[in-house]
Amino acid sequence: MAMSFEWPWQYRFPPFFTLQPNVDTRQKQLAAWCSLVLSFCRLHKQSSMTVMEAQESPLFNNVKLQRKLPVESIQVVLEELRKKGNLEWLDKNKSSFLIMWRRPEEWGKLIYQWVSRSGQNNSVFTLYELTNGDDTENEEGSRFVGVS
Amino acid sequence: DRFLWTSGLLEINETLVIQQRGVRIYDGEEKIKFDAGTLLLSTHRLIWRDQKNHECCMAIPLSQIVFIEEQAAGIGKSAKIVVHLHPAPPNKEPGPFQSSKNSYIKLSFKEHGQIEFYRRLSEEMTQRRWENMPVSQSLQTNRGPQPGRIRAVGIVGIERKLEEKRKETDKNISEAFEDLSKLMVKAKEMVELSKSIANKIKDKQGDITEDETIRFKSYLLSMGIANPVTRETYGSGTQYHMQLAKQLAGMLQAPLEERGGIMSLTEVYCLVNRARGMELLSPEDLVNACKMLEALKLPLRLRVFDSGVMVIELQSHKEEEMVASALETVSEKGSLTSEEFAKLVGMSVLLAKERLLLAEKMGHLCRDDSVEGLRFYPNLFMTQ
Repeated sequence: MAMSFEWPWQYRFPPFFTLQPNVDTRQKQLAAWCSLVLSFCRLHKQSSMTVMEAQESPLFNNVKLQRKLPVESIQVVLEELRKKGNLEWLDKNKSSFLIMWRRPEEWGKLIYQWVSRSGQNNSVFTLYELTNGDDTENEEGSRFVGVS
Repeated sequence: DRFLWTSGLLEINETLVIQQRGVRIYDGEEKIKFDAGTLLLSTHRLIWRDQKNHECCMAIPLSQIVFIEEQAAGIGKSAKIVVHLHPAPPNKEPGPFQSSKNSYIKLSFKEHGQIEFYRRLSEEMTQRRWENMPVSQSLQTNRGPQPGRIRAVGIVGIERKLEEKRKETDKNISEAFEDLSKLMVKAKEMVELSKSIANKIKDKQGDITEDETIRFKSYLLSMGIANPVTRETYGSGTQYHMQLAKQLAGMLQAPLEERGGIMSLTEVYCLVNRARGMELLSPEDLVNACKMLEALKLPLRLRVFDSGVMVIELQSHKEEEMVASALETVSEKGSLTSEEFAKLVGMSVLLAKERLLLAEKMGHLCRDDSVEGLRFYPNLFMTQ
């Protein structure tokens, strides 16, 4: 499953796994975490996860560095993602969540653009066609691959 | 009914062994009206005096006691001593009860003290000192044959005398401390009084002149009570602290320069008191004097870090500049803990930590908190 995923430099920086008390530093840190989570989930085609899985996943647990992000800090990162619109909680207890590495609005925009370009406005077609159709076997279409 | 009324005064040859407040007497299992009293054990008798009415005082000769046992405390019940007694002799003097159906009484120790009392009572029962020292007043004597004075001589007699001396000393000491506890009570009253006066002054600020207020406040301070009103004005405002501040400035100049311009307040406290030898400073006095340093335009100042750590630094010392050099040091080594940094620079660990924390606050460093400890790294989040 772990393809040639390129970890960002922060992943090898031990302080990345400690929630920084300095507000400005923390902002940068959280931004880095958010983009890491999104790109990780996108590459591994993971759209939902439980918090327990997250704790043990290589995403938050860098075994080689011997550092893991503590669960309270994971919660902070998830909250950031939620605020940005990239995350939705699937249950009241906040134990599992949905990750949308592209926000619904962004998808909407992309689909519309694609539809316009391929001249298929005002015709109905299925999601299957959208993801697997001949027309989609181009650069833009490949973006749709892997959408659940 | 074995008890007889008494004045409560000890006779000649009778010595007090131990006393205990808060004792209640039970006739057998029944509670009787004697519920709060002081129980005294002497060499001859067991005396109970009512705490509320000192006139009500009764005693029982120790010779009447057959044996005693302890009853441990339970939930809601105090510890007790059960005292089994001989039947009352017919020629007994008057007491609180004419007759009782029980042959034992219980002593309930509502304010504890039962263990020690039991121990002493057992000792007295074993030693039977009342037989050796007949008292002048006619007390109830044991119906049994007098054992005679044989026990007064020999090693046993010597031991007895030593034991008595020890008990005397013990008694004297506890009596002495009694006065001390009374003094403490009085002192507390005085403190309350001063506080109330201080508050009145606070309220009536206009009526009393500035001068008088300051004088009164200085009296309070000399008694050791810091008036909350004066804490807002710089330091405590008294002459003593001002003088002290000046003295400290002179005294600390050289040590501060030796230590790189900054010292924790505890180090200062130790240094200053060691130098003084006599008339040591209290921590409050030191802090109050230091609070005035800046206001008096002296070359030192008191600085309090976010963590609450207090330091004295030279006016010329710029901690913020030191931060820049700290960053260099950390960058050279990649990362450092407070201990490592302290060792490298030659500072105390406490001050080293404060400097690193300040650097973090300023955004130059970031932290790595793990089971391995707290390490500081250059803040690459901002620079990369």
